[in-house]
Amino acid sequence: MDTAAGPAVQMSGIVKDFPGVRALDGAGLRLEPGEVHALLGENGAGKSTLIKVLTGVHRPDAGSIAIGGRPVAIAGPQDAERHGIATVYQEVNLCPNLSVAENILLGREPRGPFGISPRRMNRRAAELAAETGLDLDPARALGEYPIAVQQLVAILRAVDLDARVLVLDEPTSSLDRDEVRILFDLVERLRSRGVAILFVTHFLDQVYELCGRMTVLRNGRPVGTFTTDELDQRGLVGLMLGEQAGELDRVEGRAHGGAPPADAPPLLRARALGRKGGIAPYDLDVAPGSIVGLAGLLGSGRTEAVRLLFGADRPDSGSVEVDGRPVPLRTPRAPIAAGLAYCPEDRKAEGLVAGLSVADNLLLAMQAARGWMRPVPRRARAELVERYISALRIRPSAPDTPVGALSGGNQQKVLLGRWLIMRPRLLILDEPTRGIDVGAKAEVQRLVAAEAEEGTAVLFVSSELEEVLRLSHRVVVLRDRRVVAGLDNGGGLDVDGVLDEIAEGGAR
Amino acid sequence: MAAQTRRLVWPLLVLAGLLAANAVATPGFFAVSVKGGRLYGSLVDILHFGAPLMLIALGMTVVIALRGIDLSVGAVVAVSGALACEIIVAAGDDGSAGTVAAAVAAALALSVLLGLWNGFLAAVLRIQPIVATLILMVAGRGLAQLITDGQITTVTSEPYRRIAGGGLAAVPFTVLMAAVTVLVMWLALRRTALGLFVEAVGGNAEAARLAGIRATGLAVAAYAFCGLCAGLAGIIISANTGSADGNKAGLWIELDAILAVVIGGTLLTGGRFSIAGTVLGAVIVQTLSTTVYTMGVPPESALVFKAVVVFVVSLLQSPRFRAQVAAPFRRGGPPTPARGPQGPAPEEEDDAMRTQTGAGRPDRREARR
Repeated sequence: MDTAAGPAVQMSGIVKDFPGVRALDGAGLRLEPGEVHALLGENGAGKSTLIKVLTGVHRPDAGSIAIGGRPVAIAGPQDAERHGIATVYQEVNLCPNLSVAENILLGREPRGPFGISPRRMNRRAAELAAETGLDLDPARALGEYPIAVQQLVAILRAVDLDARVLVLDEPTSSLDRDEVRILFDLVERLRSRGVAILFVTHFLDQVYELCGRMTVLRNGRPVGTFTTDELDQRGLVGLMLGEQAGELDRVEGRAHGGAPPADAPPLLRARALGRKGGIAPYDLDVAPGSIVGLAGLLGSGRTEAVRLLFGADRPDSGSVEVDGRPVPLRTPRAPIAAGLAYCPEDRKAEGLVAGLSVADNLLLAMQAARGWMRPVPRRARAELVERYISALRIRPSAPDTPVGALSGGNQQKVLLGRWLIMRPRLLILDEPTRGIDVGAKAEVQRLVAAEAEEGTAVLFVSSELEEVLRLSHRVVVLRDRRVVAGLDNGGGLDVDGVLDEIAEGGAR
Repeated sequence: MAAQTRRLVWPLLVLAGLLAANAVATPGFFAVSVKGGRLYGSLVDILHFGAPLMLIALGMTVVIALRGIDLSVGAVVAVSGALACEIIVAAGDDGSAGTVAAAVAAALALSVLLGLWNGFLAAVLRIQPIVATLILMVAGRGLAQLITDGQITTVTSEPYRRIAGGGLAAVPFTVLMAAVTVLVMWLALRRTALGLFVEAVGGNAEAARLAGIRATGLAVAAYAFCGLCAGLAGIIISANTGSADGNKAGLWIELDAILAVVIGGTLLTGGRFSIAGTVLGAVIVQTLSTTVYTMGVPPESALVFKAVVVFVVSLLQSPRFRAQVAAPFRRGGPPTPARGPQGPAPEEEDDAMRTQTGAGRPDRREARR
C-alpha cells in the first residue's frame, strides 16, 4: 500500500442541489487503498447521490474530489472509469441480451486481426470467472442467468477494469447466502490487491463482517467516520436515525401483536391453487387480523404463490374464496373488489408509475376501483393524500413530486399507502422491506403490525427469517415451488426451526 | 399546471416566429375578413386546412401516451373517404341530407372498426404497435381501392361538400369539428380519471394492471378513438376535394400527425401527454406547409425546408441543448436555492411551492453546472 500517494479517494465539502432540495451539504469521505469502507445512512440521507458524484453521474455544485492525492473533476461515468473507479449498482445495469463475455468486456473488447475477436473475448471472460470461482459460460446471454449471477458479472467487469476504486451500491440485496459468500470472497480478494472498496448496504451484519471503517450520512451531511471496533450496531443505528433511534427498539421489542381469535372463520380460503411452472397446488387459510409469513429461499415459489391469490398471474387450478364467496382470478380487479391488496416485490417494474406524482400514485388503486367516470373529488383527494403522506412519513412530503425521484424506502411507503387508502381486508406484501434502510424498515413493520391489530389480514413474503418470525402469527414454508409446512409461531419457533423446514421439509 | 405551460413555451415561440416570417413575406397575412358570412384569411386557412391533421394528431396523442403508435391513420383517411363517397354516388339522390348522413355514419363506423382491429392486434395479441398498424397502413390502401374499384370517385353532392365548405356563424365547420374534438377530449381525459389511467398505463402498464386498471380495454379504446378521428379527417379531406382517392388521400399524414404530437411535448415513450401541446404542434406543422407556399420556397426544396424547421424545434425543446447554448452566458457561479437544507420534516407548504417551481422538470438540472 502506497500511502505516500495519499488516500485512494478523498471527497470533501460536496454540495449537490436538486430542484427544491439540497441532497448533499458538505458531505465527504476518505477511502484508503486496500480497505473496505461502508457508506451508511437512511434512505434519502444522500448515499446514492454521493456515489453518483464520485462516479461522474452527477456533478457537484461545490466541493472537491481527489483521486490518489490528485484533485480531479470527473466529467462522466466513462471519465470515472478512466480514473480507475468502477461501480456496481443495486439494479444491475448490464445488457441482458448480450453474452456474459460481452458484458464483462464491453468497450474494451480484445481485438484480433479481424476486429473484435469473440474467441479471445470468451477466453478472457472465462479466465476472470475461473479466477473468482464462478461457474459461467461466457458465451451465454447474460439474461439467462439469475439476477444474483448478473450482479457478480457486473463485479467481474469492474475486476477486469483493474479498478483502483470499486463502488458497490447495495450489491447483496437480491443475493442468497451462498451468493453473498462468493461476493464477499471476491471483495476480499480485491481488497488484498490494494483496491479501495466502497460498500453501500442496508445489511448491518454485512458491514461488520466485511468493513473496517464506515462513514455515516444523515440528511446529506456527514455524521462521522468510525472504525467497526469503536461503534457497535446499536450505536450505528442511533447515528443513522438521529432522534428516531428509539423506533427500532419499539418494533423489535413488540414481536407480533396478540394472537388472533383461534376459531375465527378464515377470511381467505385458497384450495388447490396452482400454476404450472410457478407453484404446485396449495391450500391456504388466512384469518382476519392474522399475519401469515411466507418463508423460503429465492425461487422457492413464494412470489408465485401470492401472485395467484391476487390474480396477478392466472392460476390453472384451484379456487379462492373470500368470506366464503368465490373470487374470479382472471385479472386483479375482482380480488381488489373483494378487499385484497398486493404490493409486488419489484416496486419499480410492477408497483409505481415513476413519471406520475406521489399523489397520483397514492390514489391510483382507489381511482381504478371507482372507475374512470367518478374521479376522486379534489378536496377528498388532497385530504387523503396529505393524511397518508404524513401518516407514512413520506419524504419529500410534496404531493407533486414525481415518485421516481423518491428514495427506495419512500417509494415503498407510497406503494403501501396506495393500498392502505383502500382499507384492504387482506394485505399481500412481497418483500416490503427489501432494499430499504433500518428506519424505513422499522416503520413498515410497525405499519404492518398496526394494520393487523385493526383486523386486516396480512400475507407477508420476506427473505429475512428474523423479520418473518418477529411479525408473523403463522409461518408457511415453501421449497422447490411447493408449500411444505405451516408452522404456528406461538413461541418455541425459532430461525433454526424454520431453516430445518426450508432445508428438509417437503415429505408431504 | 405551471410546468405544463412552460413546456409549451418553445413551440409557441417557434409558431410566433413562423407567423412573423409569413407576415414579412406576405403583407396582410394576419388580415381576417368576413365575406358572404364566412371568415377568410391566411390564419383561417391554416386552421381550416389543418383541421384533418389536428384531428388525427389528437387521436394519435392518446395512442402514443399509451406507448403505442398508429401508422394506419392515413389509410383510414382513404378508406373513410372512399366509403362515404361510394355510398353517396351509389344512392343516386346525392342531394339528400339523409343519404349524406348515412354515408358519413357508415364511414365513421368502419373507421372505428378499423381502429378496434388495430387495438386488437396491438393490445390483445400484443403485436408491437408499429408492426400491428403497419398491416392496416398497407391493407387499408387496398381496401380503399376495392371500395372505389380502383377509380377516383368524385361526388357533387352539395350537402357533402358543405361539410368542408360550410360554416356556422362564419366559422368553418372543419375548425368547429376540430374545436369540438379538443373540447370533448379535454373533458373526457382531464375532467374524469381517464387521463390519469392513460398516463399510468403509458408510464407503467404492469403497475397499472396490478392497481386494477383495465389496461387492455383502455388501449383498444384509444386505437378505436384514433380510428374515429382519422375517419372524420378522411371525410373532411374528401369533402374538400369532392373526391375519394384511395392512393393519395391522407398520404403520409401519419408522419405529420406523429410530428405534431411530438412537437407538442408528448413523449414517444408514453406516459404524460399534452392536448394543448398537440393542438399547437398540429398548427405549427400546418403553418409550416403554408409557409412553404407563401414564402415561395421552390417545391423541390420544400421538404428540406420543412426538415430544417422541425430540426430547430427539436433542438429548442432539448433542455440539454438549451443549457449548452446558455452556458457561456451564466458563468457567475452555480445558482443556489434560496434556503439551506431542511431538517427531516420541512414545512409542507414551503416544500410544495419549491417543488412546483423546480421538480416538474428534472431536466433543468442540466442547466446549472
